[in-house]
Amino acid sequence: MKKINLTINGVALKVDEGTSILNAAKSINVHIPTLCHHEDLCISGNCRICVVELNGPNNLVAACATPCAEKMNITTNSHQIRQARKHILELLLTEHNINCIKCTHNNSCELQKLALEYRTDEELFISLRKNKKPDGSSPSILRDETKCIRCTRCVRTCSELQGVNALTMAGKGNKTIMSTFMDMPMNEVVCTNCGQCINRCPTGALVEKNYIEEVWDSIYDSSKHVVVQTAPATRVALGELFNLRAGNSVTGRMVSSLRKMGFDSVLDTDFTADLTIIEEGTELLHRLKKALVDGDKSVALPMMTSCSPGWIKFIEHAFPELLPNLSTCKSPQQMFGALAKTFYAEKKGIDPKDMVSVSIMPCTAKKFEANRPEMRDSGYKDVDYVLTTRELSSMIRQSGIAVRTLEDEQYDSIMGQSTGAAVIFGVSGGVMEAAIRTVYEIVTGREIPFDGLRVLPVRGMSGVKTASLLIENVKEEYKFLEGVELKVGIAHGLANARKLMNAVRDKTIELHFIEIMACPGGCIGGGGQPIPTNIKIRTARTDATYREDEGMKFRKSHENPEVKAIYEEFLGEPNGHKSHKLLHTYYTERKKY
Amino acid sequence: MATELKRTELIFKEDMDCPALMKHVMKMGKDAYLQELLDSGLKGRGGAGFPTGLKWKLVKEQESEIKYVICNADEGEPGTFKDREILDRSTDKVIYGMALAAYIVGAKEGFIYLRGEYKFLATKLKLAIDRMEAQLRLLGVHFHLDLRFGSGAYICGEETSLLRSMEGHRGEPTNKPPYPVQSGYLGQPTVVNNVETFVNTIIIADIGSKEYIKLGTKASQGSKLFSVSGDCCKEGIFELELGLTVQQFVDEFGDGDTKAVQVGGASGFCVPRKEFPNTIIGYEGVPTGGSMKVFNSSRSMYNILENYLIFFEEESCGQCTPCRVGTQQLLHGIQAVKRKEKPKTYLDELLKLAHTMKYASKCGLGRSVGNAFTSIIGNFREEIVY
Repeated sequence: MKKINLTINGVALKVDEGTSILNAAKSINVHIPTLCHHEDLCISGNCRICVVELNGPNNLVAACATPCAEKMNITTNSHQIRQARKHILELLLTEHNINCIKCTHNNSCELQKLALEYRTDEELFISLRKNKKPDGSSPSILRDETKCIRCTRCVRTCSELQGVNALTMAGKGNKTIMSTFMDMPMNEVVCTNCGQCINRCPTGALVEKNYIEEVWDSIYDSSKHVVVQTAPATRVALGELFNLRAGNSVTGRMVSSLRKMGFDSVLDTDFTADLTIIEEGTELLHRLKKALVDGDKSVALPMMTSCSPGWIKFIEHAFPELLPNLSTCKSPQQMFGALAKTFYAEKKGIDPKDMVSVSIMPCTAKKFEANRPEMRDSGYKDVDYVLTTRELSSMIRQSGIAVRTLEDEQYDSIMGQSTGAAVIFGVSGGVMEAAIRTVYEIVTGREIPFDGLRVLPVRGMSGVKTASLLIENVKEEYKFLEGVELKVGIAHGLANARKLMNAVRDKTIELHFIEIMACPGGCIGGGGQPIPTNIKIRTARTDATYREDEGMKFRKSHENPEVKAIYEEFLGEPNGHKSHKLLHTYYTERKKY
Repeated sequence: MATELKRTELIFKEDMDCPALMKHVMKMGKDAYLQELLDSGLKGRGGAGFPTGLKWKLVKEQESEIKYVICNADEGEPGTFKDREILDRSTDKVIYGMALAAYIVGAKEGFIYLRGEYKFLATKLKLAIDRMEAQLRLLGVHFHLDLRFGSGAYICGEETSLLRSMEGHRGEPTNKPPYPVQSGYLGQPTVVNNVETFVNTIIIADIGSKEYIKLGTKASQGSKLFSVSGDCCKEGIFELELGLTVQQFVDEFGDGDTKAVQVGGASGFCVPRKEFPNTIIGYEGVPTGGSMKVFNSSRSMYNILENYLIFFEEESCGQCTPCRVGTQQLLHGIQAVKRKEKPKTYLDELLKLAHTMKYASKCGLGRSVGNAFTSIIGNFREEIVY
């Protein structure tokens, strides 16, 4: 690659062609402040806080948006630059609702951090703040325009990473706002509640709807039995909120925290992740049999996973014609909710009306999912409250629990048993890998032909992955699969999902089974996970997930003893009558705009 | 003592045979004409003043199958109305200027981005375009020209916003580099020139660079159309050689009581009486896209500045911080000083802010708001305060 020579603050350096001034400076440990810049997104260059002098004074350029060129002479600190940056901060603060102490992002706000650095303690300019009530119409996301600094990170997230375009910039000049289609409330637009915008908002303009008080009230209500389930991806990220480096798994400490906080049963969504594999795998085999043996043309293939509620709402809006392709399986959270108030209540002798079901999720879309009207198969609201990883960390802090020094504890039983297959539900490709581990073994009676059960072709961070697996020497009852090359596809991030769906709709790709996760990297990059996020952090969480998998006693869903037991004692058989009542669901076409 | 104003009559000259000039250029060859254009010293007439020959050369050198030529006819600068007249009266010269550009750089398609309010010109333009396309086919040149309409945003006169708007996006400036000459309309190399610039390229084809550089001064060659308005004895559109002083201008057009002249519209500079004799209109002094607004002593400079700032507050694209919030602060700031809610010294804070806006804004709009502000505050401070 062509190299470029330049100097930054008098230091000569060589960088690759195309490197921005910002990254060139970073490479020699020169820090330039940014606000609208985010590693995951395209360059906008609109906040201007990163201005630097190019070839002398009176020529300021945005460091994030300007590629290095031969013989550039850059200065990153001067009287003029300092004044410009301070002015820009002061200007943003005149628009910004500076009710910081009441803000979810107090202490984690990028604007606040810079304001502190630059000591903007006295108001230099005139207040332009407007009174506008936050939009709390969505069960997942709270949108507060008064805190928006128009950096467009949310808009770029929604369009580039997610291809959803629920958020947009509207108006111009002094009326420029971050808005939705026709300024409609968030619950009436195509928003999938994925929460990726929240993860990239530098201020508190977009935050999750929090249900912390409701959960505390339930815990302190002695007439209630409060069960809590924790999703696979929370355990590998929660530590970041307690100053642990990304990639530290805190499963045992999370369990002991929850118990200390007063939850009556601390259970694991991993259990229903395993159950999902059994149900979904069986469903896949049924569909394949119908298509291959019975020649039934009405069978919708490829079958697609249905664990990710952001993805579900997306396909309901964008590709309603493909809804029959979705597995009818509920997500692990909702399977758990339905079983908690039936199976668990029965086993433990608790009246389900006295149960409160809480889930800890890496996800904001799960809040919407729990509120879907069809998610009441237990006769009650299956999952009462959904908390994000971030909300959990607030509750832990409120309880004065020192997470870092806690002893590891085990999940309660029943519905607390996990396997490695369930753990990897948290990463892109994980559901597929778990399904392959089980389905292959059911069909052939042998373990998958991958070293250490690592299905490497479905792993990794590329946006759309495809792989195939030749099925040979099958068991008698699966003769119809002899010699079949099982083709699978995986996409994460809804923009990638859209690409793959276009190909499926246009029949330009032939697959049997597709896994989609709405968030970049899968649930480990979910909208409820610790902020900040970037590819490095997501990779660290992914690595931690695979490490967790390798350390598990059981690594295949069908080996989970509690899963075996629930079929024997309660459900009967996979895809049986009871399963269909409690563990499966249906989907609804939604409007395109 | 008034010196004679040097008037010219080239832009509206009637007996210019555009198809013949096209043939003439084809005969002399692309490189020879490009050299003529470079020698003429022609700078873009939209106001920014980028050398036209160089722009065409850069696009010509781009290796791309597809290139575009776009005429910026989104005349939106307050006080400018010359492009409308050119499009109406010298239609052929504009579209043949574009054809010339297309021929030189190797483009087959072009667009006129027409200000929405100028839609009444569309029929006339379309007829002229059909005639031109037929004529060019006879010469073996294939160039298709189409119209696009602006929707009223001032920012869409800025070339990158214009391109975004044409592509169906929000009309917002993009980062440079890449420049439109490298990556313009739909990511292809694109010539974007003002209406008047294209006419000048035809004039240069007609009279040659040697004749052309006799007009104007060394830094500001050629003639320029001025849109004259305000407190003047005669108003309208006048073609003058560049390089005249504001004094010469005022002697000709003022009403005898001229206090200040706003050169270059809302984004230009305000020249006070005391500076008239030594301020040259042109790239060596105050550059202008053509707007000349004359104010006499009955005018309040506060009202004028407030009016400009209200305009900018609304017409900023709203994307970058210095411009979006800065324009609002300048406006609210002078209002607060006027109402005695802020001390006089607050104007000094605002001048510093105007400096930041000038250098830290993303595009030419934000970078030029400070021109009017600084020159009016600098010269008429007491009118703002009292």
